Amino acid sequence: MTAETLNVAIVGSGPSGFYAAEALFRDVEDVHVDMYERLPTPFGLVRSGVAPDHPKLKDVTAVYARLMADPRFSFLGNVEVGRDVALASLRDAYDAVILAYGAAGDRRLGIPGQDLAGCHSATGFVGWYNGHPDHRDRAFDLSHETAVVVGQGNVAADVARILLQPAEDLASTDIAAHALDTLRRSRVREVHLVGRRGPTQARFTTKELRGLTTIRGCAVTVDRTVMAEACRLELADKRNPNAAKNIELLDAVAARPDADRRLALRFLLEPEAVIGAARVERMVFRRTRLSGPPFAQRATATEERVAIECGLVFTSIGYRGRPIEGVAFDEERGVVPNENGVVASDDAADPLYVTGWLKRGPTGIIGTNRADSIETVRQMLAHLPGRGRKPPAARRAIHASLPGGAVVDAQGWAQIDEAERAEGIRAGKPREKFVRVADMLDCLGPSA
Amino acid sequence: MPHIVNDNCRLCLFTDCVEHCPVHCFHADEERTYIDPEVCIDCSACVPACPVQAISEVVDFSEEEERWIELNRSFAQRLPVISDKRSPLPTAEAQREALGFA
Repeated sequence: MTAETLNVAIVGSGPSGFYAAEALFRDVEDVHVDMYERLPTPFGLVRSGVAPDHPKLKDVTAVYARLMADPRFSFLGNVEVGRDVALASLRDAYDAVILAYGAAGDRRLGIPGQDLAGCHSATGFVGWYNGHPDHRDRAFDLSHETAVVVGQGNVAADVARILLQPAEDLASTDIAAHALDTLRRSRVREVHLVGRRGPTQARFTTKELRGLTTIRGCAVTVDRTVMAEACRLELADKRNPNAAKNIELLDAVAARPDADRRLALRFLLEPEAVIGAARVERMVFRRTRLSGPPFAQRATATEERVAIECGLVFTSIGYRGRPIEGVAFDEERGVVPNENGVVASDDAADPLYVTGWLKRGPTGIIGTNRADSIETVRQMLAHLPGRGRKPPAARRAIHASLPGGAVVDAQGWAQIDEAERAEGIRAGKPREKFVRVADMLDCLGPSA
Repeated sequence: MPHIVNDNCRLCLFTDCVEHCPVHCFHADEERTYIDPEVCIDCSACVPACPVQAISEVVDFSEEEERWIELNRSFAQRLPVISDKRSPLPTAEAQREALGFA
C-alpha cells in the first residue's frame, strides 16, 4: 500500500459486499478493501439463507473465495461495526465506506395472537436450519400436522419445501445437524402457503413454484379463483412471462393419490388473527377482493372469514434492514435512504455508500446484487477525482484497537472452512457447520 | 436445470444479463451471448434482466432445447467471458420492437 492507495471499508460480507469489492478491483488498480463482518464466517445469506437443498447456488462462493485471495483484500471477521468499532471511526479512517450488511430484521404481521407460541418468523426458521449462530437456540415444535406459511415469495417457498420434504432427502445436504434431528421427528404433513392476492400476482419465480410442485411424496392443491379481466390482461402481457408460466404450472398440477403430505396454495386471504389458548390453534383470515387496473391491483378485505386449523405459523412478509448509529434510516421501507447507492442527506464532501438489500430493500436474488453493487461503486468512483487520500494512521489505530486475537482473517476462515468440510465427510454431508461463534473460534486454536 | 440464450439475443446484444450474473458464465461475440452451462449455477437472475426474453431455463430437454444447450456450450468454450455491460447493437431497439417487447 502506498500513500496513493484508495482504502475502502465494506461493512458486511454477503453477495452485495463481495460484488462491491469485485467492482472496485476491476476499475481501480491501486485499491485496498477491508471487509468487516460481525460473524467469524463470510458469505452472508449464501451461507445462512440459501436453502440446504439448493447446493448449486452455493457454488457462487467460489467467486467470493477468489476475491478473498486477492492481495488487495483483507477479511476482518468477528468484528461488529457499531459494537467493536464505530462507523464514525471507519469514516474518518477510510477513503470510502460501503454499507452492505443486508436486512436481518423481519416485518411482523401486526395482528392479534402473533406472539403466541408456535407463531414464528420465517427468518428465524431459515437461520435455524442453516446453522446461523443468532438462531441456534430457537426451538420449533413440529408435533402438529398442519402449518401455515404467510407470504408467497422465495423464502416462504423455501420454508414450505423444508417442512414438507422427507427429512432423509436433506440428510446429505449442509443443513444444520440440530435442524435435521428435529425435522426427522416432524409430524407436519400439511402446509398452507397463503397470499393476500391471487395466483397471477404471486411473487414466486416459476423455478421456485416448480420446486414446490415436485416435492417427493407431496400432493399440491390450488385454491380456484375467478380470473378477473385485469388478471387476464396481466397474463396476456408479453412482458410478464413469469405469471403466465406460473398459471400454466398451477393448472397442470395433477392429483397424487399416493402422497402422504400436502401443500395447499391459498390465495386472496388476508391474515386477521392467530388464535389459541396457550399456543397456536388456528389462524383466521379475511377473504380479499382484487380491484384496480392491471399491474396495480389492490387486495381489499371483505367480510367473509376463513379459518385454518393449524399448530404452527411462519410469517414471511418481508425483511428490514437495521438502522446504524449516525445514518439516516427509512423506517417504513427498512432501508438506508439513498440515491443509486449514495446515502441521502449525508456529508456531500465525503459521502457514505450503501448496496444490496440495505439499499434497495429485500428484492431480487444473488445475481441482482452484482448489478446493484456495480452501480454503487460507479457512483463512488465518480466522486473520487480531486479528493486526497486519508493518512494510514487512523486505519492502523482501528486495527490496533480491535480485541487481540479476536479478529478472524481469511486464513482463519480457511481453517474453519476446512474443519467444517472434514466434519461433513464424517457425516456424509458437504459440510457440518459450526453453529456457535465460540466453536468457530475454538477451531482456530489458541489465539496469537 | 441448465439455462440457455436463444436467438432473440441476435441483433440486440443488450447485455443487461451479464451484470446480473453472479458467476461470470456469459460469453459473447459481436452478435450475441452464450451461457457456459458448466459455470452457470442456475440462479435465474439473468432471466428477468433480458429485455427481449432471450434467456430461459431448460425444463423438459426437448430436442430443440438440447440443441440450444449444445450451441451455448460450444460457443461458450471458444468465446471470451463477458462480465461488463456493453452498448446494445445499433439494431437493438428495432429488433426489440420486431420481437414484440417494446
